[in-house]
Amino acid sequence: MGYNFQFGVLVNYLPEFVGGLGLTLLLSLVGIFGGLALGIACAIVSVRGPLIPRVMVRVYVEIMRNTPMLVQIFVIFFGLPSLGIRLSPFVSVLLAIVLNNGGYIAEIVRAGIQSIHPSQVEAAESLGLTGGQTMRFVILPPALERVMTPIISQSVLLMLATSLVSAIGVEDLTGVAMIASSETFRTMEIYVVIAFIYVGLNFVFRALLNAVGLLMFKRSRQRLLGRA
Amino acid sequence: MSVIHVENIRKRFGALEVLKDVSMTVEAGEVVALIGRSGSGKSTLLRCLNGLEKIDEGVITIAGHKMSHNTAELRALRRDVGIVFQGYNLFPHLTAGENIMLAPVQVKGLRKAEARAEAQRCLELVGLGDRFDSYPDMLSGGQQQRVAIARSLAMQPVVMLFDEVTSALDPELTEEVLAAIEDLAAQGMTMMLVTHEMRFARRVAHRTIYMRDGIIHEQGPSEALFTNPQTPELRSFLKAELG
Repeated sequence: MGYNFQFGVLVNYLPEFVGGLGLTLLLSLVGIFGGLALGIACAIVSVRGPLIPRVMVRVYVEIMRNTPMLVQIFVIFFGLPSLGIRLSPFVSVLLAIVLNNGGYIAEIVRAGIQSIHPSQVEAAESLGLTGGQTMRFVILPPALERVMTPIISQSVLLMLATSLVSAIGVEDLTGVAMIASSETFRTMEIYVVIAFIYVGLNFVFRALLNAVGLLMFKRSRQRLLGRA
Repeated sequence: MSVIHVENIRKRFGALEVLKDVSMTVEAGEVVALIGRSGSGKSTLLRCLNGLEKIDEGVITIAGHKMSHNTAELRALRRDVGIVFQGYNLFPHLTAGENIMLAPVQVKGLRKAEARAEAQRCLELVGLGDRFDSYPDMLSGGQQQRVAIARSLAMQPVVMLFDEVTSALDPELTEEVLAAIEDLAAQGMTMMLVTHEMRFARRVAHRTIYMRDGIIHEQGPSEALFTNPQTPELRSFLKAELG
């Protein structure tokens, strides 16, 4: 057990690590917000839509939630070319991440929408609001506010899961680490450092998303300020 | 001119017929109380009047609209028919003022500033001029119910329906809500209210309808109906209610 930690070699890889970190951030942000938009749209269809779109959303959600993300990436990157659809590694993983997150978010938001009491809809309809207005002004805001915590948890999990993109050679933080470790054999040092960076990102994302939540929901903001 | 005209309506929930051939008319400026035991069909009748329940047979004309299954027509009808519920049904994520402004802005296309002024005016009408920025969960039940009344009023309805609006309230809070409704009555608003407040019905309603088993069992001018009920069923109902 006389292992001699040498973090010095990592300095040489600083530009690569910064690049990898940037890519991880990009993939995470696109995945989180793209998936959020997709998930909300799917959730609305799954509670309000006509039968066929509703079934399609159901199938999509079940596929995304019941298969590993790595397999999803492989299907898109290695599988689709057989159908004549050839995507770059970067586009493939972006697509996989958004689709994957969309499936999870759809289920979270659907639960939120279904937690809104039908009497709220009655009140809105009695005031003459259309179905769309009722969804936008009466159902969605409190529904999203209610599921903000699970949405943030899912978003952070997604951020961690972006490390899977390294499996097809995308040089995100983990991808860069794999290259650096194979070139220097300082495996332990490199992955310990990477792990700490992910921990840091975790806090950054939580803080960021909580801030977004507070910006979006005036009532949550006022409650927080009221308590402070 | 009649504001509400109901002709031979029937409503079934599965095998249970809750409204059996009900007909009635409410004139402009009239206040009509609907009384009766739970399950007599009075709330269902009220909910049929703005299409929250769909009738199986018969014709309803209200505020110049014929009851329809067409969504756009139903929406036009609901613009002119206000309803206040037992459970207030305020939107919890909006302040009192925003609750009131929502429909005038989205449905009538009022500008924010106009809607704000109108909302403030409606809040003052129900005695809550200083609670514009309060969220529903910061208000008492009675205050929430008065905001709900103001929210309906802001659409300037032709007729207002009240569905047991004080049943969830303490006696003390009940009084403030009833006072708001009485003010509206005094201003000539056409209203129909399902209520368990017999003294209020007697004092405020011009006419009272007693429902029993899905039919209008007895009706008449409130004073006469309460002092001199004609049927033994109403007599025993009033005796139980008034003690």
